[in-house]
Amino acid sequence: MLGYDHLSITFGDVEATKEVSFEVKPGEVVAVVGESGSGKSVTAMSALGLLPRKAKVTGRIMLGGRDVRGLSGKELRELRGNEIAMVFQEPMTALNPVHTIGWQLAEAITLHRADRKGGVPDPKQKAVELLRMVGLDRPEHRLKQYPHELSGGMRQRVMIAMAIACDPKVIIADEPTTALDVTVQAEILDLLRELRDRLGTAIVLITHSMGVVADLADRVVVMYRGAVVETGGVDDVLLRPSHDYTKRLLKAVPRLGSGARQAEDVVEPVLSVRNLVVSFGGQRAVDDISFQIGKGEVVGLVGESGSGKTTAGRCTVGLQKPTDGSVELFGQDIAKLSARKMRPLTARIGMIFQDPASSLDPRMTIAECVAEPLVLHKAKDHRKRVDELLDAVELGAATRDRYPHELSGGQRQRVSIARALALNPDLLIADEPTSALDVSVQASILELFLDLQRRLKFSCLFISHDLAVVDMLANRVVVMHRGKIVEQGSRADVFGAPREDYTRRLLAAAPVPDPVEQRERRASRG
Amino acid sequence: MSGPLARRLRVFRRNKLAVVGITILGLLILFCFVGPLVYHTEQTLTSLANSKLGPGVDGHPLGTDDLGYDLLGRLMLGGQTSLIIGLAAGLLATLIGTLWGTVAGYAGGWVDAVMMRIVDAGIAIPALFLLVVAAAIATPSVPMLILVIGFVSWLVPARLMRAESIALRSRAYVESMKVMGGGSVRAIGKHIIPNAIGTVIVNVTFQIADAVLLVAYVSFLGLGIPPPAANWGGMLSDGLTYAHDGAWWLILPPGLLIVMTVCAFNFIGDGLRDAFDVRFEGR
Repeated sequence: MLGYDHLSITFGDVEATKEVSFEVKPGEVVAVVGESGSGKSVTAMSALGLLPRKAKVTGRIMLGGRDVRGLSGKELRELRGNEIAMVFQEPMTALNPVHTIGWQLAEAITLHRADRKGGVPDPKQKAVELLRMVGLDRPEHRLKQYPHELSGGMRQRVMIAMAIACDPKVIIADEPTTALDVTVQAEILDLLRELRDRLGTAIVLITHSMGVVADLADRVVVMYRGAVVETGGVDDVLLRPSHDYTKRLLKAVPRLGSGARQAEDVVEPVLSVRNLVVSFGGQRAVDDISFQIGKGEVVGLVGESGSGKTTAGRCTVGLQKPTDGSVELFGQDIAKLSARKMRPLTARIGMIFQDPASSLDPRMTIAECVAEPLVLHKAKDHRKRVDELLDAVELGAATRDRYPHELSGGQRQRVSIARALALNPDLLIADEPTSALDVSVQASILELFLDLQRRLKFSCLFISHDLAVVDMLANRVVVMHRGKIVEQGSRADVFGAPREDYTRRLLAAAPVPDPVEQRERRASRG
Repeated sequence: MSGPLARRLRVFRRNKLAVVGITILGLLILFCFVGPLVYHTEQTLTSLANSKLGPGVDGHPLGTDDLGYDLLGRLMLGGQTSLIIGLAAGLLATLIGTLWGTVAGYAGGWVDAVMMRIVDAGIAIPALFLLVVAAAIATPSVPMLILVIGFVSWLVPARLMRAESIALRSRAYVESMKVMGGGSVRAIGKHIIPNAIGTVIVNVTFQIADAVLLVAYVSFLGLGIPPPAANWGGMLSDGLTYAHDGAWWLILPPGLLIVMTVCAFNFIGDGLRDAFDVRFEGR
């Protein structure tokens, strides 16, 4: 149906893809996996004729017997939608916020139907039919709604409805579930599978998540630095990888059940959160939660987006004022402390943020960034300490005088860790520190973190949506859902024998990078 | 070459327009401040007998104005006033506006509300009106004009900087500094203003250009610094009176110099913005 034949794309001096060849047959799901910069998205975009002008392309892109590269602008427009359609990663920005869902669906329907023989069907009726097909309840009502009135998962369903509006033969799904929570991700993957079975559409699934691959793909194409390093059936590639890179990639994927850390009773809490409530305009983002972190203990705070986990984390360091309840750091209620009394406490806590792009001041050198807590707390001999810290996070002294934008995401996150540890804190708050990173980079950062934590014995509140990551790091786990704590306990108990229904659902929804096991999990999920 | 200063210089020099701008400004300064030492003219006593002579007549290369002053010499003298007031008032306005805006944006809440309502009220009163009132109270002088223009034109930069400040205060690097125990002064001085420096610098150049023009307006209303002092704006507006006599040499030269000054500062601002951006290594 869709075939790439020795496709090479270059931008100036940069080779985005090198001699990429693979085929997608009707009704088949082919996953293109690789890390950022591997050329997977560029390859997919080229089939829609959506490459920037300056891209130089050699090779052939065959779609339904025609070479996409030889088509005119008009022919390309006919192709898109009718033959091939796209589902994007971010459903919020891919939908137009000023038009209703119905308007946008009608646009997608009429734009292409008008070109076809046999006349235009009633777009509204067709839109209702499409929304029903993608599993949205009350489709007539949804037509009148705007994108912001829908949840992320619903928006992605609308995007898929738009993509299948004209029965394309191929759907290109670029990280279709990356922005979604695991439980929603599982639903969307089920939907894509069902559409494939019902309509016989071929799907090119671009993803970095091996779990998603295991769940949905029939065949896998592994890309690395612009080249295809391995292709094969999903079971072969994921269970018996032949290429070194594939092996490394699979090894880097954190797996549930790999954790080994034990929990002990909290005797000397460094952080106690009691009946914490945070309201935003009447909405309770955090609703009466209590937990403690003991000395030298890593507590994983897990939950989906909107569960209030980040807000709770911000309260513990004073970035967010609680509406009610208390936060005690090292035995002192921070709400009762003056700014001056709070200062000595701040020397004992460190924080790591999610986005490595914005957590370092772009105008400061790496050495200045790391030295900031030392300057703030008037520590002596900055230079030596900064060198020690950069060494501890395995960054060379050469990075000292570079600026954040000159570093990769993983390197920047190492700098953040170095800065957070500058004053040898007793407590570290880490808010999704690895979720913006590629898996292999994530693996090295997590390893570094574990190693540092064992050596320095700091306590840590590790906030994450990724259960497997938390499983690897945490002694104890706190599960949040809609602002409330649904379950907390030792890692082994919560992940091994969850008591609450929600925890079980969460655990079941997280896809594992093993196609055989994933099939069983899916079957048992019903 | 290495080091931040050398790098900035390198980026600045790579911007051709910025180099042109700095050259023009250098020439203008030479012309206004060194020129009178070489080219001596009478700029205090009027000479009505030599009123409105055309260019080249009687040894006046650019002619004379309505009071018989040599125009070339007058341009030098007027340029001193215009450049000094423009630079000083522009810098003063940006300084006040930057501090006011960043503090309001960073503080948020009622502090922000009060501070910005003051700005709104200020914008509602035309700057020209305040200038006229000030001129009526005291005799205009260079320091007074600098202060008055500086204090009436900081409102727009304050609004711009407030927006920047609000965007920057929630960046993770500012928050992480707060977690580390840093205070507002450091947040504003070390993180917010440096990251908004592009806006600040582009604003300075606009403010300078505006200040040069404001001096011109005031002079046009007859409320500028009284004669025998001069400035380009004043010369331009005086010259307009004689436009129908065909005295083009009274309008064109001062007008051209004002345009050159404004352009030069804008070019320089563009180059400086690039130079201060650490991500910029030339196009």
